Amino acid sequence: MSTDLAPLPNRLPLIRGHYAAATFHAFAKAFGMIVLATVIGCVLFFLLLPTLIVIPMSLSETDYIQFPPSGLSLKWYRAYFSDPDWMAATWFSLKIALATTATATIMGTMAALAIVRGRLPFSSALQALALGPMIVPHIVLGVALYLVFSPLQLTGNFFGFLIAHTVLATPYVMITVTAALQRFDPALELAALNCGANRLQAFVLVVLPNIAPGVAAGAVFAFLASFDEATVAFFISDIGGKSIGRKMFEDIDFNLTPVIAAVSTVLVVVSLMLMGAIHLANAQKRG
Amino acid sequence: MSGPCEVPQPAFPRQRRSTAASARFYSRGVSVCLAAPLVVALAIGFVYPVTRLVGLSFEGGSLEQHRRLVAEPLYLGVLASTVKVAFIVTIASLLLGFPVAYLMARLRHGIAMVVAACVFIPLWTSVLVRSYAWVVLLQRNGIVNTLLADAGITDGPLKLIYTQGAVIVAMTHVLMPFMILPIYSTLQTLPPDYNRAARNLGAGAFRAFISVTLPLSLPGVFAGSVLCFVLALGFYITPALVGGPGSMLMATLIGQQTTVLLDWPFAAALSTVLLTVTLIFVFLFRKTLSLSKGLHSVH
Repeated sequence: MSTDLAPLPNRLPLIRGHYAAATFHAFAKAFGMIVLATVIGCVLFFLLLPTLIVIPMSLSETDYIQFPPSGLSLKWYRAYFSDPDWMAATWFSLKIALATTATATIMGTMAALAIVRGRLPFSSALQALALGPMIVPHIVLGVALYLVFSPLQLTGNFFGFLIAHTVLATPYVMITVTAALQRFDPALELAALNCGANRLQAFVLVVLPNIAPGVAAGAVFAFLASFDEATVAFFISDIGGKSIGRKMFEDIDFNLTPVIAAVSTVLVVVSLMLMGAIHLANAQKRG
Repeated sequence: MSGPCEVPQPAFPRQRRSTAASARFYSRGVSVCLAAPLVVALAIGFVYPVTRLVGLSFEGGSLEQHRRLVAEPLYLGVLASTVKVAFIVTIASLLLGFPVAYLMARLRHGIAMVVAACVFIPLWTSVLVRSYAWVVLLQRNGIVNTLLADAGITDGPLKLIYTQGAVIVAMTHVLMPFMILPIYSTLQTLPPDYNRAARNLGAGAFRAFISVTLPLSLPGVFAGSVLCFVLALGFYITPALVGGPGSMLMATLIGQQTTVLLDWPFAAALSTVLLTVTLIFVFLFRKTLSLSKGLHSVH
């Protein structure tokens, strides 16, 4: 079709070989599409399979891992919920994750406000430093924190975890809140100030509702960054206080039972529900 | 610093402008107070511990630990194989991830959502869960070996797990979303008209892709590659669970020194080297590394 627009000298050879070329092109195109679709299908299968395979495994009736599982049972979930070790690790991680969500969301939002809307000396240095925990290998951070926490008896300790996970989770809040603040028009806040609101009222009544989706997304990321975190948790856990990540790591390494599949399924469901909620909320907001 | 202001021009522009500017930006004192809690947390939970660790590797002002690291070919070999594995994982993620990102950006909304779900679901799943799944898939009596034997392809179980191949496969799986998302967000901003224009000018589909779409997607490709490589350099959980003694990486070597051999000064030296390599790489590619890109595309 496009050849119709080409100048005449260019069109002549094209017209001559038109039919042969068209058939060849149709074949080549169909073949290319099939190859591409197969490759992409395989990649998607590769991406999804290991995530979802834990679900059928957790419902297995046998004591060893078998695929496809024979028989359906919830006994591994019962085993998980009745095992005091697993429950202790789960509650410990849940408490840490909730506290981390609060500290990281508040501190991250405050810092993002200072960076985007404030006059802060060394603003870009602070930004780079705050994103540092995302870049520095977590093994290095884990070993470093163990070294400092161990003599202070902060290993296996709620406050030790809270410090470590706040540092790890805050970058996520800063990224989402900074983006939300950059989309927010400061003129709206000026209008509120002009109408007689003070700084705090303007922030609570005008700025906060506008950046709330970014803050909420940051809070969800912060919760998962703490709850799913395993490397630093591996080093700063001890016998007295073990996170669910450390407990899982030990069990995968030493006794591979289907209980881990049940725990994994619970973790996958929690993550997907939280992230799905954020995703849907954002999709709805955009209409 | 103050940009265009949308407040109606007041009668006394000079005086009011200064009010407007100070209303746009918080004062220095307020800004410092807002940033202070984070600065304190970073000092306690990040800067001080990492400095202490680096300091420990130079204990007593000696280079003893670092000399040990350089003198023993084994350790330099681990460093080399860490860089090699990170490189292979990055290239594999790029080759496998690019078509997926391309499809996500070009498909109609409904199908693109399904493809996006396939990328996001693993990204949102704990690294531990995914590493566990690979252990189950690849172990001696695992799913892959069972399927291969049932299909009559292999006679006995293959040694799949605790090999470098297993580490590369599992790490590629974990890191590929970090490659796909930056490429996707770059491709998404490309108007399809560019490709159409190239086709109109006589380029075939392949030629149009090579000379128009691919060069324009390079910022995303670089951002994804740098992110993947940096994350792969310091990966611990996956190689620790899926790899074996023959596939030691820097992170697993540090783990072994601290948890088994309890040689803290040497672990500190290894950590310092890993940290330095990572930071040099981040510094070299700081322009292309956009941490927010992967997260932004979530919105």
